[in-house]
Amino acid sequence: MQILGEALTFLLFAGLACGFAIAVALGRNIVRMAFYLVGSLGAVAGLYFLAGAIFLGVVQLLIYVGGTMVLLVFGLMLTSGGPQITLRISRTQWLTAAIGCGLLLGLLVWAALSVNQWTQPIASTQTGSAQLVPETSRLGLALVGVRAEQVAGEHSAGAAGLMGYLLAFEIVSIHLLAVLIGAAYLARPRRPLPPESEPS
Amino acid sequence: MVGLLGSLHVSHYLLVGAVLFVCGVFCMATKRNVIGVLLGIELVLNGANINLVAFGSPMLAAGADGFLGLDGQLMAIFVIVLAAAEAAIALAIALNYYNLHATADVDQADELKG
Repeated sequence: MQILGEALTFLLFAGLACGFAIAVALGRNIVRMAFYLVGSLGAVAGLYFLAGAIFLGVVQLLIYVGGTMVLLVFGLMLTSGGPQITLRISRTQWLTAAIGCGLLLGLLVWAALSVNQWTQPIASTQTGSAQLVPETSRLGLALVGVRAEQVAGEHSAGAAGLMGYLLAFEIVSIHLLAVLIGAAYLARPRRPLPPESEPS
Repeated sequence: MVGLLGSLHVSHYLLVGAVLFVCGVFCMATKRNVIGVLLGIELVLNGANINLVAFGSPMLAAGADGFLGLDGQLMAIFVIVLAAAEAAIALAIALNYYNLHATADVDQADELKG
């Protein structure tokens, strides 16, 4: 019963994510595409919750759905007016892209189904340890350089796989600062807009 | 073959990730609006993230080949942060481009053509 509920929840979220993603890919109106993408990203957050990655699901909802999408919608409102909402490409280009993407999808599906261990449920000896553990503090500790879930094992101090992500964390922090400054520098108005583009 | 109503496997998540990835690639290839291309990039990054989460989930992949443990979620967090940074800088470029050309059509950005 629990397995059936899990499968039904997965089918719901996976169907939403894939359906909205296909709607984004095939959509013609750029504003509607942005809102389809919100649906798809929200459904992906549901998939994260289902996989036990609770913190990541929350981050997905907060940063992606709440932050990045608002940013994209603002960019949409600032750049795309009138005829640019429904720009189209030619039929042959569309067909070429469809054929290439179909081949890519076939390759990826074949790869996903080709490894035996990925199509079997995990070994029953490990289902006992597969309980939902709150991983937020472990993630935070790993970001500052301590792998709490591996210290408890048989590893000696400084062993491979025991180091956290402190350096990557620092690099990402500096990167975000540089991106903020760069975005503010790039987006500043260089010359006044032509008068016809101003709202009357 | 993956049964749809059995217990969940890594392959289920990989298939969803594959569909999102391909939809994103198709979106990037066929949209002419700058923002449309950006939407495709977000879809591609999400498809990759789903794979990372699936391989890092103790409920789906424990003991299997390529089990990532907590590393999967950590990498996914870095991907999300970098995606946010990329969206911010790409939107700044798009705004700049729109200010210079008064259009959002990527096909008209061809001044650097040799």
